[in-house]
Amino acid sequence: MRPFTYAAPQSLQEALDLLAKANGTVRPLVGGTDLIDQLRQRRKTADVVLDIKRIPEMHRLEYVAREGLHVGAAVSCADTAAFAAVRELYPAIRASCLLVGSVQIQNRASIAGNVCNSAPSADTVPPLVTLDARAAIVGPRGRREVPLEEFFTGPGQNVLRGDELLLEIVVPPPAPHSSNHYLRFIPRNEMDIAVAGVSSLVALRPRGRICARARIALAAVAPTPVRAKAAEAVLEGHVVTSELIEAAAEKAVEACRPITDVRGSAEYRKELVKVLTRRTLRHCMASLGQPLES
Amino acid sequence: MTFVANFSDTTLRKAVRVVAKLPLSFTVNGEPRQVFVQPWQTLLEALRDELALTGTKEGCSNGNCGACTVLLDGRAIVACCMLALEAEGQDILTIEGLAKDGRLDPLQETFIEYGALQCGFCTPGFLLSARALLNTNPAPNEQEVRLAIAGNLCRCTGYDKIVRAIQAAVEREA
Repeated sequence: MRPFTYAAPQSLQEALDLLAKANGTVRPLVGGTDLIDQLRQRRKTADVVLDIKRIPEMHRLEYVAREGLHVGAAVSCADTAAFAAVRELYPAIRASCLLVGSVQIQNRASIAGNVCNSAPSADTVPPLVTLDARAAIVGPRGRREVPLEEFFTGPGQNVLRGDELLLEIVVPPPAPHSSNHYLRFIPRNEMDIAVAGVSSLVALRPRGRICARARIALAAVAPTPVRAKAAEAVLEGHVVTSELIEAAAEKAVEACRPITDVRGSAEYRKELVKVLTRRTLRHCMASLGQPLES
Repeated sequence: MTFVANFSDTTLRKAVRVVAKLPLSFTVNGEPRQVFVQPWQTLLEALRDELALTGTKEGCSNGNCGACTVLLDGRAIVACCMLALEAEGQDILTIEGLAKDGRLDPLQETFIEYGALQCGFCTPGFLLSARALLNTNPAPNEQEVRLAIAGNLCRCTGYDKIVRAIQAAVEREA
């Protein structure tokens, strides 16, 4: 690796001062499972690697009634998945954290790192987008929050400025009578990057199967994670049936702008989006006690 | 710990590569150790090159193969994707520390009995992933065993003997 300086400040202010004053490129570090490889491969450069794991605020993992879930930037995917409130209220977040690499990777990698790395295929992102999660960012001008849906600007690109740090991900409490699911397709059982991924969220009205709110977010089929808003509109306000789910799955494909690469062709990715949208929606209905006959 | 300097000048950067080593204090296999490492050295490099603990293997060096698996505060991690300085104050267990007082870990015994290795290069990583699993889940089923070692690649055995050896160790520890 090319030489760099390592800094592990113990306070947020110290970290922000360092970001503001350092010469050259500063790269925040949490798990290192993306960054260290990128530095080694010279796909990224760093003059300073800024380890944020010794900053107490970065380790917040808390569920607050009415506010929702706070996942600090330094919280590992393993700890997030094991957290009681995540197990209970956010099954899709848990599922996606347990899809990020191996056990060894999950013990180091964080949702914040997955978000800041901003790969279109990031597994933890689609469930967070369906849950209307926000990225809490700190910088010299204080704290600002950005809906995660608006955080990404391109492959590896996002709205974070050079003097800012991602502090935590905030996820509102799940809506009543709602269910959320994430599925990705890979050609093997474990340890691979999504060819396509779909997260669906369905909230039903108190009785029956009328959809009050739908969210569908797609991974690895566009330059950034995207919402399939037209597909959501197919469902909202209607009784959810197998036919309606089929129509929503067809619509979801329209939100894709996939590329053809080693993992799959653009056409294949579109087909996957249809299949995964259908499966995640059916799963949501089943877990809401409203299974659909096939 | 904070260490800040401006290394943007290329000449300075080259000089720094030779001289700038920083102290790292951590616990390795139960013993406090202090070594001097460069900020860009990985934990894997520090273990192998500074502490001569070469049982931790370098395979892919990008977090995919698991050959460099060690336990960090009891949890399996890959030492190639961690800077040595990140280990300040932490507790590391490598394969050299798995046997206690001259007695092999039950996993080491069953790996031998079941012939769960051929070339042996991946074995330290498998043993530590399996150890981390049994430390938190003393009675894993086969699926849980397979998931726990999904991040360790073996190109010789086909995995079945490794899975059976881990399951045998589970029974032995019960």
